[in-house]
Amino acid sequence: MNGMWDALTGLGDQLSAHVILSAAAIALGIAVALPLAVWASRSEKVARASLAFASLVQTIPALALLALFFPILLSLRAVFGEGLPTLGFLPALLALALYALLPILRNAVTAQANLDPGVMEAAAGVGMNFRQRLLLVEAPLAAPYIMAGIRTAAVWTIGAATLATTIGQKSLGDPIFAGLQTQNWVLVLAGCIASAGLALVADTLLGLIERGFRERRRGLWLGGLLVVALGVIAALFAQFGGGDDEDRVVIGAKGFSEQYILARLIGQQLEAEGFAVEYRDGLGSAVAHSAAASGDIDVYVDYTGTIWTNQMKREDNPPRDEMYAQIVEWETEKTGMQVLGRLGFENAYGFAVRTETMQMRGLESIEDLANVAREMTVGGDPEFFERPEWIAVRDAYGLRFAEQRNFSPTFMYNALQSGEADVIGAYTSDGRIEADDLFILDDPRDAFPNYDAVLLLSPEASRDEALVGALRPIIDSIDVAAMREANYSVDREEDKLSFDEAARRLAERAGL
Amino acid sequence: MPEPVLTFSGVSKAYGPTRAIDALDLAIEAGSFVALVGASGSGKSTLLKTVNRLVEPTTGSVTFDGDDVAGLPLAGLRRRIGYVFQSIGLFPHMSVAENIAIGPRLAGERLPEDRIGKLLEWVELDREMVDRMPDELSGGQRQRVGVARALAAEPQLLLMDEPFGALDPVTRDALGERVRKLHEELGLTTVMVTHDMAEALLLADRVLVMDAGRIVADETPQSLVAGAGGEIAQALVAVPRHQAERLAELSA
Repeated sequence: MNGMWDALTGLGDQLSAHVILSAAAIALGIAVALPLAVWASRSEKVARASLAFASLVQTIPALALLALFFPILLSLRAVFGEGLPTLGFLPALLALALYALLPILRNAVTAQANLDPGVMEAAAGVGMNFRQRLLLVEAPLAAPYIMAGIRTAAVWTIGAATLATTIGQKSLGDPIFAGLQTQNWVLVLAGCIASAGLALVADTLLGLIERGFRERRRGLWLGGLLVVALGVIAALFAQFGGGDDEDRVVIGAKGFSEQYILARLIGQQLEAEGFAVEYRDGLGSAVAHSAAASGDIDVYVDYTGTIWTNQMKREDNPPRDEMYAQIVEWETEKTGMQVLGRLGFENAYGFAVRTETMQMRGLESIEDLANVAREMTVGGDPEFFERPEWIAVRDAYGLRFAEQRNFSPTFMYNALQSGEADVIGAYTSDGRIEADDLFILDDPRDAFPNYDAVLLLSPEASRDEALVGALRPIIDSIDVAAMREANYSVDREEDKLSFDEAARRLAERAGL
Repeated sequence: MPEPVLTFSGVSKAYGPTRAIDALDLAIEAGSFVALVGASGSGKSTLLKTVNRLVEPTTGSVTFDGDDVAGLPLAGLRRRIGYVFQSIGLFPHMSVAENIAIGPRLAGERLPEDRIGKLLEWVELDREMVDRMPDELSGGQRQRVGVARALAAEPQLLLMDEPFGALDPVTRDALGERVRKLHEELGLTTVMVTHDMAEALLLADRVLVMDAGRIVADETPQSLVAGAGGEIAQALVAVPRHQAERLAELSA
């Protein structure tokens, strides 16, 4: 239980970020919902349209809504200029505020519609104007109902804010996603406990305010409001009290163990050189690339084959060095990013089967696999079946599987062991290939491209000579055996290392 | 003949094809207590509300104290007119004192405690009631507060729309008489809408009977009881008369 305590106490930073994000989203939700509700109370059309819109938003899964704001904000840069952030706080704020809109709006509109008509007639009869009617009668009478809506919105928002991690916003989702990645259940649980606890506290406080409004006890609602305000102020202080973070180097990582470790390794190198760093973890492939191109992150590790097929949309498969040279040129020209160099190992996609299956079915290569695929279930990470590489391989060998299933990268290996998948799209630098005694099928038709790990710098970061200098030693320093060992040290069931520790050991082994 | 304080000239109100008020002309003298009687849908309540512009006439004009009400600022107009209606409409989140003082408060004035006490006395409520909330009062007490609220800003004109309709008969009777006394003591002009002819006959000094948006009878209570006013008016008078006769039979 000590580990749990450490995990929880280590979440201060995420907690304060979570509080700020949730509070800002709810505040924005309120700021939009209340005027809209007032307007709706004067116009049936507005009431219907705004409620329909808010309900529609609610049907979009929170994760998708968060993800959608990346392209939306990216396209809005045409209007607001290149400085508009597309990742992190802003899109998370907007998505969550939209999400918070419905309960507040619905309760406010319902409360307005249910106001006693006699009271409204009296308000007009005594000569109240629009403003007086709103402030002296409608607002106080609707307040408890609106507060109940805000309460619901707060609980939803605090829960959904854990998903902000996926678009690069620090939140209590960080430990959940990182823990899920490495099957570190203590970390997952710590994140859940913290966010559930926060939701409970918010619910209780807002409930107190609601009761204060309902029972017309000024002390109660003022007190509740004060505690909420103090909590948010404390979070703001914890988050921003320690000086500005304008100069921090932002290191991006996609959502799998190797990326988390390499991000920490880069971070530790930079910190040793006196840079302040922060991490944006758990990004999707496409998001990470665009985020670096747009400068939302400064540096991250990508793979040649990924850029080649996904960003450059190429279908041919040139030899390793030629592909690398073309990528460097393309990035310089198209995105302004600098490919600083290759790290020294490859993390290719490959089809992995259990050695048992390999022997029983006599599988050596993907050609052999094609013959028996009809009886097999193929597993892949959530991106895999959407990627052009999969389509290329499928078509090159005429692969037709009985079923295809998505797993998070971590669970994919468990699925292979438990027989829920017969073959998976594995990563060749994964430590579990050796540990689980898996066999990677040959690719005689060279359908999978190379996946050399490369270090990418945002256009702005590439002009920072000190930064480039500090990163250069990492180039060509990590071989695949070292990477596999590091990956396995965080992925294994027992005696897991933290990403930081794994990164330190990897750096040591790499001679950094 | 005293100056009319309220005149309706050619007032009509149409809701779609139906005419709630149909080209109606009427003058009401200062100091009179006028009852508007009629069946549901006869237009009496709509007519009353054209005075404080809770209803805007489709055509025609209403003059109050010499001014066309359509040209007066809405809030100012309503503060000069006391308004009492069946559903009372006390503000549930305000105490008795706050409810009574609301009109002057809107005009930026503070109603002195003394005056609130006086208003409560007028409607025969205990001064101790000032801090009560509306949900702690009986229906009769609430309408008494409603009357006090209507009188708080010292209006010249009191409009009452079925003011006693929801009250029990005893309270109804007592409050009716109380309002009649206040009408005299304060020198008000009062217009009361009611569907109860007995109430109209006993409280008002002029009874207007409405039917289908028009005034079909305009009589004093005495002449109505004596049989004037026509068929519709007499059908309404017949109800209390019949009741009175049966009561007399019972005691005989």
